[in-house]
Amino acid sequence: MNLIDDLIFHSPALIVAIPLLGAFLTPLVSKINDKLRNVFVIFIVFLTSFFVLLLANDIYSVCGKIHTYVFGGSAAVTQGGYAIRILFEVDGLNIFMALITTILAIAGVIYSWSFMKENTGLDKYYTLYLLMIAGMFGMILTGDMFNFFVFLEITSISSCALIAFWTNKGKAVDAGFKYIVVSATGALFVLFAIAILYGQYNALNMAVLASKIQFSFLDKIALVVLVTGLAMKAGIVPMHMWLPDAYGRAPSSVTLILVGVTQASLYGALRMIFTVYGNNLSNTLNQIGDVNIDLNLLLGIFIVALALLTIFIGVLMALKENNFKRMIAFAAVAEIGYMILAIGAALTTVFSTTDTGTGVMALKGGIFHILNDALDVGLLFLVAGAVYYATKETSLNRLGGLARNMKYTTIFFLIGLLAVSGMPPMNGFASKLIIYESTYQVNPILSIIAILCSILLLAVFVKVFHSAFLGPKQSRFDDVKEVPKSMLLAMGIIACIIIFIGLFPNLVIDNIVQPAVNALTNHSNYISNVIGGI
Amino acid sequence: MIYNIPYIAVVALILIGLYAVIFKRNLIKIVIGITLIESGVNLFLITLAFREGSIAPIYRGSGSNPLNMSLPVPHALTLTSIVIGVAVLALMLSLIIHIYKHYNTLDVSKIGREKE
Amino acid sequence: MSGMSRIVKTVTNVAFPIVMIYGLYVIAHGHLTPGGGFQGGAVVASGLAMLLVAYGSVWTMGKVKEKQLSVLESLGAIGFIGLAFLGILMVFVYTSFQGNFFNNFLINQDKIPIFNEIGEGFANINTAGVIPLMNFAVGLKVIAGLFAIVLVMAYATRLKGVKQK
Repeated sequence: MNLIDDLIFHSPALIVAIPLLGAFLTPLVSKINDKLRNVFVIFIVFLTSFFVLLLANDIYSVCGKIHTYVFGGSAAVTQGGYAIRILFEVDGLNIFMALITTILAIAGVIYSWSFMKENTGLDKYYTLYLLMIAGMFGMILTGDMFNFFVFLEITSISSCALIAFWTNKGKAVDAGFKYIVVSATGALFVLFAIAILYGQYNALNMAVLASKIQFSFLDKIALVVLVTGLAMKAGIVPMHMWLPDAYGRAPSSVTLILVGVTQASLYGALRMIFTVYGNNLSNTLNQIGDVNIDLNLLLGIFIVALALLTIFIGVLMALKENNFKRMIAFAAVAEIGYMILAIGAALTTVFSTTDTGTGVMALKGGIFHILNDALDVGLLFLVAGAVYYATKETSLNRLGGLARNMKYTTIFFLIGLLAVSGMPPMNGFASKLIIYESTYQVNPILSIIAILCSILLLAVFVKVFHSAFLGPKQSRFDDVKEVPKSMLLAMGIIACIIIFIGLFPNLVIDNIVQPAVNALTNHSNYISNVIGGI
Repeated sequence: MIYNIPYIAVVALILIGLYAVIFKRNLIKIVIGITLIESGVNLFLITLAFREGSIAPIYRGSGSNPLNMSLPVPHALTLTSIVIGVAVLALMLSLIIHIYKHYNTLDVSKIGREKE
Repeated sequence: MSGMSRIVKTVTNVAFPIVMIYGLYVIAHGHLTPGGGFQGGAVVASGLAMLLVAYGSVWTMGKVKEKQLSVLESLGAIGFIGLAFLGILMVFVYTSFQGNFFNNFLINQDKIPIFNEIGEGFANINTAGVIPLMNFAVGLKVIAGLFAIVLVMAYATRLKGVKQK
């Protein structure tokens, strides 16, 4: 009964429960003092990240280890063979997403110490922030379908309230309204699909559902509705209209966590397609007339087509923008397109028996790109927030010559620029190279379009860099100082991690990405950990 | 045939709600559309609990037979969904109050169009 | 908004305690009959909203401040999460109470005999362990939360609009 072993055993519940307790205590703490509240929130986030690192250390020690945590009982399966309690099931993919969320949460909380200092109503801001973090961790770690829906709604409600935080500007409230309409509709689609699956198989647990599912007609409807609902929340074309408004008009520390929220929705789609439906996607032949079409081939081609459209529209709309944050938001849309491209290319080949090397490599590239994209786009948004804090300007036409006054911010923007467009020695180069190589073997045209759009993204950001930071000194910006130290510290943390991953990509791929890919393609391990043998 | 009427009602509610969200221009009508979709999904969830000739799942001591009751799990799922619907509705209506104070109009094509 | 006529106020005076008692009954018997935390809390909050409509928002906001409602709401939420945490932490008090998060630690035990009644008096309030206590905590939070929403909306319609560029 070691204390560390006990903590590791209880840690999936504590990772969700500690931010929740902190969120409920924050209004009481903030009545005492303001500085005490800030210190309390940072303490809660650091305590949660300590538990995440403890759990990650335990899961990466043995290959293929899965932690199962049952709420309110000790056994996952009762005597009749029914799994009736809510489970949290943590394997390699879950802990990978939790590590990304932890880095973003720490950077966001340190950044918002001084970025939000002059605003009123800050106790509500920190309460909603901790609620959003708790909802994201719950969405990532859960092993139960309805629990996933509940945490999805908690996250979307609290992030909508944070987007509309600057209520004195009308456009921020309008962006929040658009976000909540799209988000609520998407979540209701997800609930509809969960209800169809529950009505057929009497199971809400992901592992039990994965072992019982046969691919009937109602299941196909459920798959389409589920993927549509989660794609609405992830910002894939043609449901991307809320993304530039919401990312561009929210405070910058909120945008950092919003990047994590969209990627958690993408994780949800991955978990549904590969683990819950995984058994049947490969060996179901769909007959149209006399032609036998493999179902995962059809799904893969459809996802690849959507991905190309997303990359195109993201890059082309970014070319004509004049607002700093909206341009970075369109670049974020294009980056999500890269992730979907790799996953679609993997779906076409990973289940067939002829060519398994390409599929696993494409999955590796896609999942590695989730980590890199969160860090790169997050750093760019933090730099945009720093420029807004110093100069109160958002339009690129009126900025210029800032490199003399804000040296560190310029260096961070340069690092982010190189990372987003895939230049060595930053981390974007490593993941994009894997995506180019694996999609080339599926179809050469995909790889050519991907490289072209990456070069266009570089052109866009070099234009931004020149017009905002280089150039002659403007007299309005004479007394612009460097931003406060806590914002520099947050940007510095992310920049250091970017450079570290860029210099040692092999270390990261072998230790962190490979267990995630193994967990994604090995769904029988996931099932047998709950119901003990198929 | 009579046991299929709730499912037809579910599909009708969801389609009418989607029409209101996509095609209407008044902000309040969009909110009503989302409430219609949510009502349709809740009706679907609670219809799954029905067994023919069943009674309510309340335990009455010695005189109750657990095999005769309708399933209690979809009742809990529907309740959770109703609570989430109330929270989303309160948030949307508060945002509409703010939007009306700024723009003095409830037309969705006239708000948020200002140059950055 | 201003209040309504004297007839409405008199009927509200009669109907308001009945609604409150009914709502608290639904909260307290949540583990035996249909109901529970959210349902009973919604009934009480609608009774309070009836009070707000009948007497006007100026009078009601003079009696109830928003800050008091915020403290009540936080207390309800902390009570709920605290009872959930006690499932893990009770192992430090009595070593036989080992369990997971959200564990119902008050049934099937013999250290605190008052909560261990099943069988004979099965319709009593102390039969389901932790569940009635969690119902009270959730009910308090829902009452405070829903009443605060209605109160703030009534207050916001009184403010003058700000013309924003």
